[in-house]
Amino acid sequence: MTVAPKREDYDVVVIGAGPAGLAAASTSADAGLSTLLLDENVGPGGQVFRAISSTPVTDRNQLGADYWVGADLVQSLRASNAEVIQRATVWSLDRNLEIAVSIGGASAFVKAKRVILATGALERPFPIPGWTLPGVMTAGAAQTMLKSSALVPDGRTVIAGQGPLLWLLAAQILRLGGRIDRILDTTERGNYFAALPHAFAFLTSPYFTKGLSMMREVKAKVQVVSGVTELAASGDGQLASVSYVAGGKRETIPADLLLLHQGVVPNVNLAMAAGVEHRWDDLQLCWSPVLDASGMSSVTGIAIAGDGAGIGGANAAVVRGRIAARAAVEALAPAAAAKLAPMAALRTELAKAERGRVFLDTLFRPSPQFRIPSGDTIVCRCEEVTAKDVLESVAIGATGPNQLKAYRRTGMGPCQGRLCGLTVTELMAQARGKTPQEIGYYRLRAPVKPITLAELAAVPKTEDDVKAVVRG
Amino acid sequence: MFRRSEQDKRPQVQIFVDGVAVAARQGDTVSAALLASGVDARRSTAVSGAPRLPYCMMGVCFDCLVTIDGVGNRQGCLVPVAEGMQVEIQKGKREIGK
Repeated sequence: MTVAPKREDYDVVVIGAGPAGLAAASTSADAGLSTLLLDENVGPGGQVFRAISSTPVTDRNQLGADYWVGADLVQSLRASNAEVIQRATVWSLDRNLEIAVSIGGASAFVKAKRVILATGALERPFPIPGWTLPGVMTAGAAQTMLKSSALVPDGRTVIAGQGPLLWLLAAQILRLGGRIDRILDTTERGNYFAALPHAFAFLTSPYFTKGLSMMREVKAKVQVVSGVTELAASGDGQLASVSYVAGGKRETIPADLLLLHQGVVPNVNLAMAAGVEHRWDDLQLCWSPVLDASGMSSVTGIAIAGDGAGIGGANAAVVRGRIAARAAVEALAPAAAAKLAPMAALRTELAKAERGRVFLDTLFRPSPQFRIPSGDTIVCRCEEVTAKDVLESVAIGATGPNQLKAYRRTGMGPCQGRLCGLTVTELMAQARGKTPQEIGYYRLRAPVKPITLAELAAVPKTEDDVKAVVRG
Repeated sequence: MFRRSEQDKRPQVQIFVDGVAVAARQGDTVSAALLASGVDARRSTAVSGAPRLPYCMMGVCFDCLVTIDGVGNRQGCLVPVAEGMQVEIQKGKREIGK
């Protein structure tokens, strides 16, 4: 069943129903603001709380207590007056806060007084040789299938990479009776020393004990190889083996499934297309929006909450969502703000949720060889452009990602740079001896997700719209 | 590559993949149903014809592109299965009229 938005104008439109979006929409609606929540997925939850209202995994311990927190957020949303539309793909947002959204193959337009972008994160590209082979997926992909369809890896399975999600996924797969043959940990040895000065904050964060016990749980059952410095997938039309180097020794193991993960990065497409200023974050190695303390961006009326505002994790996302919603309430209905949690309390809560983040960012900062590929390794999966192709284009004059489009079509396929953008920026920066900030990113434009020409043509038109393009 | 956990008690939904009946579960996305079914669900790319399977399962990579009920280039990971749904593994570019 598809339902178009009930109104043309809203006080607040929230985009994305993950932790930040759920918290923002219910806070805003509870304060009496007309609130619309648009989300691309079948149900609310985003990635962290994926399928929270429908998961077939009924044993609560298997997904863990942190997952079920999402159920409370959804309950608050349902109890609020927020209008929620699932399977709604926002394909345009502009400086006038006009939003175009595709629902069931038809587009609708709504206008907001405030927009809260909660488009979250996606997994950092992991461009190793063979990463486009069938049988190579992201760890997040396996976790999505586990949460929403209770599917677990069955064949010979290798998990490679680093970061908290990798260990959480491994634990969940094992609890559901799935198979993992080996974990290849790519965490750089030097990162342990670099992260040490930040260890105290992490030791006092809730992630510490949870993380440690999860790693112990996994290591008791699976062979873990640490210090992996090279990684490649190979096979003829299908993954057949994974080879790696650890401690200077190369090993090749047969595999049916390789799950890759090296952290998550903000999903910037919609925010950038709306004109929101982003800066290169040298610690998190990604583009993050420039925001004030309430999450307000460089475009008046557009706030960003959650991991799209810079990676902070689910707990921080919830608080950021509340902060952005409170700021909207303060601006649009100041009297109603009095009954919300005070801003100072929210900021204290946020600081607590973000404690230990620098430690994690430093420890799990991915190594250059897993971010900046060489030779025949594919950079742009859609247009099948290799690292060598990119470097050759630099050699004959391509100066940055936007020029590279004209040379090689990188970033011009359906994913619109989501899987190659960071790689292209860092690869070109390295080749040209510049910083990623100087090299820049693709200029993103609407539609930020592909829609058909038929859908565009069917958009309701005023007489003035028609006159503007018809001759005579 | 993947199998279903025994605790999954969701009702079955029958879809057709290139005309062959495949058992899915209510709430599966098309991509999850394909990966769980064991059928060869590899599409081929528009550029070189290389075989691919879904990579991200969250709507960003477009490697799950598939023809659903006659409409090409659908993101299989975002579309839930429905009884009688006709899925075609997409080989190469979307065809005109699909």
